[in-house]
Amino acid sequence: MRNTLVKTLTEEALKDNTIMLLTGDLGFNVLNKFYDVLPQQYVNAGISEQNMTSVAAGLALSGKKVFTYSIGNFSTLRCFEQIRNDICYHNANVKVVSLAAGFAYGPLGMSHHATEDIACMRSLPNMRVFSPADPLETIAVTKAAITSDGPCYIRLGKGGEPNLREAFDIENFEVGKAYQLRDGKANVCIFSTGSVTKEAILAAEQLKDRGSIPVYTFPTVKPIDEEFIRACAERYDAILTLEEHNIVGGLGGAVAEVLAENPSRARLIRLGLRDVFSSVVGDVAYLRHYYKIDAEAVVTALEKVLK
Amino acid sequence: MESKALAKAVRIDVVEMIHRSHASHIGSALSIVDILSVLYTDIMKYDTADPAWEGRDRLVLSKGHAGSALYAVLAEVGFFPKSWLENYDLNGSPLSGHVSHKGVPGVEFSTGSLGHGACVACGMALASKLNGKTNRTFAIVGDGECDEGSIWEMAMFANHFRLSDFTLIVDCNGLQSFGPCEETIELLDLGRKFRDFGWNVMEVEGHDHDALRKAFSARPSNGRPTCVIAKTVKGKGVSFMENNVLWHYRDPQGEEYERALSELQGAEQ
Ligand SMILES: Cc1ncc(C[n+]2csc(CCOP(=O)(O)OP(=O)(O)O)c2C)c(N)n1
Repeated sequence: MRNTLVKTLTEEALKDNTIMLLTGDLGFNVLNKFYDVLPQQYVNAGISEQNMTSVAAGLALSGKKVFTYSIGNFSTLRCFEQIRNDICYHNANVKVVSLAAGFAYGPLGMSHHATEDIACMRSLPNMRVFSPADPLETIAVTKAAITSDGPCYIRLGKGGEPNLREAFDIENFEVGKAYQLRDGKANVCIFSTGSVTKEAILAAEQLKDRGSIPVYTFPTVKPIDEEFIRACAERYDAILTLEEHNIVGGLGGAVAEVLAENPSRARLIRLGLRDVFSSVVGDVAYLRHYYKIDAEAVVTALEKVLK
Repeated sequence: MESKALAKAVRIDVVEMIHRSHASHIGSALSIVDILSVLYTDIMKYDTADPAWEGRDRLVLSKGHAGSALYAVLAEVGFFPKSWLENYDLNGSPLSGHVSHKGVPGVEFSTGSLGHGACVACGMALASKLNGKTNRTFAIVGDGECDEGSIWEMAMFANHFRLSDFTLIVDCNGLQSFGPCEETIELLDLGRKFRDFGWNVMEVEGHDHDALRKAFSARPSNGRPTCVIAKTVKGKGVSFMENNVLWHYRDPQGEEYERALSELQGAEQ
């Protein structure tokens, strides 16, 4: 996803010299595709995320379209108040990018796991939150970020994620809409966001003898697709949300808020980190299994509600 | 164990750990091996049988990405079995890539996000002072890490509160993520900066054990904190890793691994 974002951003920045990319001293062998061709539109701010974020706000308030780039929590939580006061309150045209959402940095440890970022970013007025599930969604949200004014957050996987569909209508991508990845007629459905969506697809595949389970992705977590959630709540007995993030305040939290205000047929099952830090050491597959957000956990949870 | 022997063993451990796990940051770890070895042999007071002993000196590795070096030192001096190092950065291990204290005896504090650890250490030093204790507190930061504003907030604080038992060690290897620090964000004269912030400053060769011992043992009596600027080489000890930013990321395999080991094993103690 990171290469997809950098490639898309570079293409757009070649056409629009107000686009700028700021990094907090990260992106070795990744951002070179941008700065090799557009050195004037690139700044390494050093290891100083707070200053970088405020500088981005200043640039944006002077007419630039600014992307700030770092990994894990460094572009979000480290400079949360700068994002809140400087970017969001001033509705500055800054796009905050974080690479390696959730456990993507695996054994590097909890400091590098972004597992509360959606909740934090979602809580800020004016902020939109994008969490693409595959490279195609990444292109779509990057373009949407550039063409729409104002703050947004883009939460990326690490790299090497497969596309989860054959085709995606990027030109007609709509911010704030859920997208169907897999059709189905079962009495339950899966909502997922980010690269963990791969596990939802695997689970649906494993359960195909028990019924076809629809899978929907949420490339935009904020604004959340309320209308769609309400419709699903009438159509299904259960909605399962899957995210590589704390169940507090993330996709599951956002869906819960909609359902609480619109009581209906479906019950909600949230899979994610159950309000703990991911302090266990391991690679992504190991951690997804340990924290029960892999295909197996989805299957186990759905078996209880499938008819 | 003598500091030189410890440093030699730890360098070999680090290369093996990172080779096995395909982790990053080998250059960052090799850079601080001599600093850690001198601290843990000749300077710091601690009890491996009682890691929480109240009178101990504290060390926080603020540049937590060099965790492999700290873990290896702690294992070599006896805080936990050396066999733990075999699973460093691998599934189910207590030893994550960045420094973690959970279930790891001897680790004072978890780090990984730069610009935190030194400030936490400063808090520990303040507590010792408030409690009338005489133990020392050390923190190791990278020179690139000094880009972070928090380091300079801490620098003013530690001087203001006269934390004379607090020693900040800057691992000045001149490189950070993309290349030289001076080409990223100019640090200029770090020693002068800390002096201007009120600190005692000592600038030493960061791989010369005698010089390090002397700097860490000197206890200026003016009541102010001490900053030891250690001039180091990123990747120290493995010729082809030295001063090469590639080894911030790369892990040694095949012939590179063999060469690294043979250089380190052949090195004099
Ligand atoms: C807050 C924060 N931003 C970015 C990083 C990513 N990062 C890890 S090491 C590093 C460079 C560190 O350079 P330096 O402090 O000089 O240490 P060295 O590796 O050169 O020893 C960066 C930017 C981080 N760990 N924490």
